[in-house]
Amino acid sequence: MAVEETLAHASNVLVYSAMAVYTGALGAFALDLAGRGARPVAAAVPERAVVVAAAPVGGPDSGARSGSAGSVEAATAQAPRPRWANAGGIAVSLTWLAFLLQLAAVVARGISAGRAPWGNMYEFAVTGSLVVTGAFLVVLRRRDVRYLGTFVVGPVLLTLGLAVAVLYTPSAGLVPALQSYWLLIHVTVAFVASALFTLGFSTSILQLVQHRRERARAVGREPRRGRFMEALPPSDELERSAYRLHVVAFPLWTFTVIAGAIWAEHAWGRYWNWDPKEVWSFVIWVVYAGYLHARSTRGWDGRRAAWFAIAGYACVLFNFLVVNIFFVGFHSYSGV
Amino acid sequence: MSTTSERPASGAGADVDDVRPGPPPEVRLPPLGTVGTLRWAWRQLMSMRTALLLLLLLAVAAVPGSLLPQRRINPAQVQQFLADHPGYAGWLDRLGFFDVYSSVWFSAIYLLLFVSLVGCVLPRTRAHLRALRTPPPRTPRRLDRLPGHRRITVPGAPDAVLGELAVTLRRRRYRVARHDESSLSAERGYLGETGNLAFHVSLLALLAGVAAGSLFGYSGQVLVVEGQSFSNSVPYYDSFTPGTRVDTGSIAPFSFTLDRMRVRFDAQDGGSQFGAPRQFDADLTVRNAPGESARAVTISPNHPLDVGGARAFLVGNGYAPVLTIRGGDGTVAFSGAVPFLPIGGNYKSLGVVKVPYAKPRQIGITGFLLPTFGGFDPQKGPVSIFPDAALPRLALGVFVSRPGEDAMTTNGVPTSVYALDVSRLTPLKEADGDQLRLLLQPDQTVTLPDGAGTVTFDGLRRYAAFDVRYDPSKVWVLAAALTALAGVTASLFVRRRRLWVRVSGTGEGRTVVEVAGLSRGEDAGIPAEVRSVVATLRGAADDGVDAAGERRTQRVERE
Ligand code: HEM
Repeated sequence: MAVEETLAHASNVLVYSAMAVYTGALGAFALDLAGRGARPVAAAVPERAVVVAAAPVGGPDSGARSGSAGSVEAATAQAPRPRWANAGGIAVSLTWLAFLLQLAAVVARGISAGRAPWGNMYEFAVTGSLVVTGAFLVVLRRRDVRYLGTFVVGPVLLTLGLAVAVLYTPSAGLVPALQSYWLLIHVTVAFVASALFTLGFSTSILQLVQHRRERARAVGREPRRGRFMEALPPSDELERSAYRLHVVAFPLWTFTVIAGAIWAEHAWGRYWNWDPKEVWSFVIWVVYAGYLHARSTRGWDGRRAAWFAIAGYACVLFNFLVVNIFFVGFHSYSGV
Repeated sequence: MSTTSERPASGAGADVDDVRPGPPPEVRLPPLGTVGTLRWAWRQLMSMRTALLLLLLLAVAAVPGSLLPQRRINPAQVQQFLADHPGYAGWLDRLGFFDVYSSVWFSAIYLLLFVSLVGCVLPRTRAHLRALRTPPPRTPRRLDRLPGHRRITVPGAPDAVLGELAVTLRRRRYRVARHDESSLSAERGYLGETGNLAFHVSLLALLAGVAAGSLFGYSGQVLVVEGQSFSNSVPYYDSFTPGTRVDTGSIAPFSFTLDRMRVRFDAQDGGSQFGAPRQFDADLTVRNAPGESARAVTISPNHPLDVGGARAFLVGNGYAPVLTIRGGDGTVAFSGAVPFLPIGGNYKSLGVVKVPYAKPRQIGITGFLLPTFGGFDPQKGPVSIFPDAALPRLALGVFVSRPGEDAMTTNGVPTSVYALDVSRLTPLKEADGDQLRLLLQPDQTVTLPDGAGTVTFDGLRRYAAFDVRYDPSKVWVLAAALTALAGVTASLFVRRRRLWVRVSGTGEGRTVVEVAGLSRGEDAGIPAEVRSVVATLRGAADDGVDAAGERRTQRVERE
């Protein structure tokens, strides 16, 4: 008992520590973003500059590119590396630290309760946001998406704040209907899918903002606010990134729904009951199917599809926050 | 990574009519030529938009079912809602808002969606089957306009180089065609469209499976007290819902006895989860059919009993006090366990005992079982402070009929076992005129006033509530769902790619090789694919990069 209580307490302290570190990371990411905004437009893509610099004779299709890259070269060559250039690196390191602290918190919580740490809303929130950060860090290792940092760490921090302030439930065992390995499978995959939906949502929002700026610029109006957006890729590239994230998330969500149905069949004898949780999982699935359709509907550009993605994410949030807390159904185990 | 290279350039000459529709909008339409193809494309566009609209409608229509109480989940809540909102609730009811998922409008949306789906999938299947039999299209005249274009010079005769590349491409699961002497056309990734079609067809199969389940399946609910038995036939059930095509006379003839219901609750004092359930186990003795050997089985909420194709789920539990009741004449008029239904916190349970055979006056008892009695609350009456039976008490009120009168049946039909109609009964009173309130502990007998008889609380047993379900199509539904999952995964991740190779001899025993590719939709990997195919050629040690490589190659050629 004593050990378990100590662990439960340690878990709480770790969550607070992680939140503190996230706050630092958020600041650093914001600084980095602001710095990017101040940089000359193409400085965020130094690789291209290098390629073209190595081959100064323009190739047949690199004409447009070498023009802008040439000016970048000049700009980067003159300006000394400014101090805020480090902010991005610091932000990533802090995010890793916060991630590890949060991971430790989740593990401690699991051991103290003697089960997988997602038995109530508080644990859902803490473990779920851990997965979001994890997914972000994985993506970050493969490509430089630091510009997304603010939009990932911010919501994670919010979620944790909500968790400790509103959803907190002391550590304890599980009610019998949740004692199933299907829970483990179902909830794990749901976490990963939701994390990817979160990243996809952030990217879609950025895409729409970027698109507005591009349109304003096309008619000769220089957008005044949001200079940091300059550092981000153009809207069509953001659109493709969003699509790639959603394309991974959709089959995972499909799997989540199927695993949920299998679990329901094991627990209640009916694979589908239309209880509020199931209704919303279904709605989410249908809306994202709509996103994939919208995206391949001829004559529609990526912007309309982005609205589907945003609607889908609104449903994800609704499902987690509103349905878990205010609706009673078979799934009412939130412990709040 | 260039952003334009992923898009098929215009004039590529690739006929795309056999590839699935709906490329991202920036793609310029390939030269289609015939009016028929245009009409086909137009119809495709229409149906894609219709499908999208219906999908949206479906999502929106599903929502009210989560906001309003639904009969299939909780009929009592619906009654309550109707009573609380006399104005508009009646209209909502008429419009089917309390049975959303079987309402006309919800059904209409999904049936229309599936009609649209059939209309969409059939032509695409035909087109795909044709594509599967058609060799990859001819090599476009100008490869240098296509994504990932590379040109290098390697040693060897053109024919040999082509042969070598054909082997490489086949090994990479490309289908290879050689339309002319100097070039190869290759294509892979048909599985993507196959998966997409399989996905949409599986959705149809899924719907059919669900429908079949509701025709040929049945479900029933039954309460069994420890020590009692249940046989799978309609009279044993408390409620039974057969599908329209079920022969209730020939359902699986299994039976079981509930030997013990084991329950454990969180007993950590002061913990926030104090009293929360931790374990429910029902120990059963099961027979597949009368006369067959018995087996012992323990079932719990996530571990149902599989028997005779059906499944029995443990869905609830509660207490059944054992009572013995004698009439005023001193003879035993009732003896047995009476299930009380949990209605409040900590298993405060409500129950009714009807004793029509008590003489001279019939006895009706109603009241509460408190598993761990915690005194009386001015508002809530008797309370229970823990769900386990630590200090069980019965708090009862007693009613009697007039001597010799039958007040328990209406026209010979007994009323519900869980409700006592007191309209023709009189409550027993204390000497001071207050209504009699008994508080019994186990093994206690009380004598009722007015010589009405005695009530004995012999002890407490538990009961288990079972949900028995038979759904012959659920395996098919699962299979359809998993096929859909596999299909959509293939559809989203398998990339349809075409590669073309053209060779020409330099006359000095060397060959100029040009390779380029084209992909549908989202695929930034063509340049890398081309590069790695080229790299397999003998004498093509890493040879520059795409656009910049063009120049390096020229240099190589000059050597
Ligand atoms: C039950 C309703 C439907 C659902 C849940 C659904 C779901 C999906 C999903 C998730 C995809 C993405 C897979 C992919 O992009 O390859 C997709 C693709 C597609 N669906 Fe549907 N669909 C439905 C009905 C329809 C209907 C009625 C049509 C007829 C117009 C249709 C036509 C298509 C087409 C053409 C694609 C391929 C788009 C592409 O190439 O990217 N679907 N569908």
